[in-house]
Amino acid sequence: MKAHFRIRRFNPETNAKPYWQDFTLEDVAPADRVLELLHRIKWEQDGTLAFRRSCAHGVCGSDAMRINGRNMLACKVLVSSLAAEGAESVTIQVEPILGLPVIKDLIVDMEPFFAHYRAVMPYFVNNDPPPADGRERRQSPEERAIFDDSTKCILCAACTTSCPSFWANGSYVGPAAIVQAHRFIFDSRDQAAEQRLDILAAPDGVWRCRTIFNCTPACPREIEVTRAIGEVKLAIQMGAERMRARKMTQGGTE
Amino acid sequence: MHTHEFDIVVVGAGGAGLMAALYASQNLPGGKVAVVSKLYPTRSHTGTAQGGIGAALGNLEEDHWEWHAFDTVKGGDYLSDQNAVRVLAQEAVSAVIELEHLGLPFDRNPDGTISQRRFGGHTNNKTRQPVRRACHAADRTGHMILQTLYQQCIKNQITFFDEYHVMDQLLSDDGRAAGVVAIQIGTGELHVFHSKAVIWATGGWGRVWSVTSNAHSLTGDGPAILLRRGLPLEDMEFFQFHPTGLYGLGVLITEGVRGEGGVLLNNRGERFMERYAPTIKDLASRDVVSRAIYLELKAGRGINGKPYVHLDVTPKTVNRYLAEAGDSRRIDAATIHQKLPDILDFCKTYAGVDPVEQPIPVAPTAHYAMGGIPTNVDAEVLASADGAIVPGLYAAGEVACVSVHGANRLGTNSLTDLIVFGRIAGKKAAEYARSADLPPLPSDPTGPVQAELDRLRTCKGSTRPGQLRRRMQETMMDHVGVFRTAEGIQEALKTLRDLKAAFRDDLTLDDRGYRFNTDVLEAWELGALLDVAEVTAASALARQESRGAHSREDFPKRDDERFLVHTFATLVDGEIRLDHSRPVDLSLGYQPQERVY
Repeated sequence: MKAHFRIRRFNPETNAKPYWQDFTLEDVAPADRVLELLHRIKWEQDGTLAFRRSCAHGVCGSDAMRINGRNMLACKVLVSSLAAEGAESVTIQVEPILGLPVIKDLIVDMEPFFAHYRAVMPYFVNNDPPPADGRERRQSPEERAIFDDSTKCILCAACTTSCPSFWANGSYVGPAAIVQAHRFIFDSRDQAAEQRLDILAAPDGVWRCRTIFNCTPACPREIEVTRAIGEVKLAIQMGAERMRARKMTQGGTE
Repeated sequence: MHTHEFDIVVVGAGGAGLMAALYASQNLPGGKVAVVSKLYPTRSHTGTAQGGIGAALGNLEEDHWEWHAFDTVKGGDYLSDQNAVRVLAQEAVSAVIELEHLGLPFDRNPDGTISQRRFGGHTNNKTRQPVRRACHAADRTGHMILQTLYQQCIKNQITFFDEYHVMDQLLSDDGRAAGVVAIQIGTGELHVFHSKAVIWATGGWGRVWSVTSNAHSLTGDGPAILLRRGLPLEDMEFFQFHPTGLYGLGVLITEGVRGEGGVLLNNRGERFMERYAPTIKDLASRDVVSRAIYLELKAGRGINGKPYVHLDVTPKTVNRYLAEAGDSRRIDAATIHQKLPDILDFCKTYAGVDPVEQPIPVAPTAHYAMGGIPTNVDAEVLASADGAIVPGLYAAGEVACVSVHGANRLGTNSLTDLIVFGRIAGKKAAEYARSADLPPLPSDPTGPVQAELDRLRTCKGSTRPGQLRRRMQETMMDHVGVFRTAEGIQEALKTLRDLKAAFRDDLTLDDRGYRFNTDVLEAWELGALLDVAEVTAASALARQESRGAHSREDFPKRDDERFLVHTFATLVDGEIRLDHSRPVDLSLGYQPQERVY
């Protein structure tokens, strides 16, 4: 089939403002990924087209972009999911994720996003000496399960940049950072949950979330982002310990 | 041009680079450590490693580091340096425990210890049966390692230069490492990182081949840069094809699938590995399984006449084989969902297959470089086959050849390698930097890089880089893949020389700008790939034997008389010179034997 691309272009070295450019590709198959087609455009038609990518199978998080109005990883979107069955052609609109400054074409400045990430203490804290036998700190499969979902985050920014609260106020820490905090708040071995909850209880923290729910469908790793945010809100109210105990009795998030 | 001064510069922000940075900073109080990467750290390829990290923890059954060491040597077809293998297998245990202490969320056993599963080539050395040695976090173990190490680097306030693409190694007149040159991708400006020590940790170069599990970013920048600086590359002919890449795409389907009981089937529904590895079957080492699949395909036993076989992990099939083998284990859909969630996702997304119900279409995919920048067990880079080192220069992880993997790497040992030798590289570089002074910079440190970038930015030939890259990848797949012959390799070398000439004299690019010019950067990467491909082919031509991942149809036997040695390749006046004088270290006493699985 044919693919008609409409791509949002912007190169501050040569353009005063962004514009839309059309490209047409022949011989497109339903199993082709949008990333492959962007490569065909770049390699065969216009080498100036700029986008990020690396692993090309949904694990590194480089190629988050807005495809037909929704945040997705270009390497995880097949043409078949964008075209009607048996269609002769498909139209694919591609633009950068929203809410972060555009550097060039589909590439945005990730620095504000990573600054929010760093703000929530996204690292393991345990100040006790490790076990004297030199072995692991033990953790039951049930304790491990209650934060499994939030360990899947690849920091692609698809959730945060689909969030109207973040669009309205870039100082809102955003869903991805909350998921990262969640990963540690509910880890039975970690000792800094209360500090993280204090950070997230601040005005630009978790209460900016209006439960609009854009984040969960935007996540290419199928993390229940809105749920994780809700659990962090509850943990602020109940305390991390009690919330963890409650999650344990519910049998984890899966 | 911008100049920065650091004590230690780490190039690459995957598992090895981050582990090295963490240790360098901890062992150099008050010192300055920088990590320079062309990606954001969390996008490094370590994050795609799936099945597990090997360590003889013995959490579920008897295991010993010596068994791990022997399996590594045997898996490596006796080309592994046994002094390095000893370090790998011994230190793996403390390194994995340390990852747990750093917060890594491993899967757990009911008693709270780290969960372990079976993987190819890992055995109980007494019974020869598979042993559970792969420590795992679902099927995203690499993702967890990468995230954990990056998190700890943030905690330890290590300086990161994200999206800076390193393009040159600086050496002082007296032959010491003096820093690196990088382009800031966002602006196109050149930066000099002036330092006492440099640690290379840039990973592999699977993009030399057309079907690969490797990220687009894996273009061999590190080895190409050092080669151009007159340094040797070791054992480049040994490149692993993982037996189970998703058919057509090459996306990796972890060996953990077979570790959980999955079996390989041909078009007759035969479990063909029974014929190639009667004892360990589908869990033979990767070179053995990849060759078996190719032989099945060659014999016309691909599925539906196409070049792939089935990897079947449906409970129906797995439980039938377990019952036949008298094994009491059984799996169900929940097991697969719990232990292989990402594999389910890949199969559904890219092949429209649900592995709980249907077999997965698979074929071998270019996966892992056993060769690379030669190092000793202290992660110091070797200047020549006689063991002389380059002061201040270190390498670890896939880019390095220490050589633990020898001619073929066991599954899980890549993660073990980068944790163990990343740690050593960081420690040793810190020790060195404590007493070394900052070497003087060369007079025009950015000159060579600037000249090549200017050439690429203004080239006006007629060939697009994409055309050259595709021809290189297809040529290498056809002639320098799982099976090789002198004739095929010579054909590949001829093609590569033509492609290099076109790259030099007839290239054209569209983007003449500076800001995020991925057109120029991809062309640069193609230059590195072509250099690495040529060294690989030349090294493969000279090794007239079959060993591990290097299978010569014209020399089907292993030849320990002539080739129980490492290959050192250097570039002299544009020509590749090979040196086979470095013997394999046999200090653990494992003498070469026939490999039977």
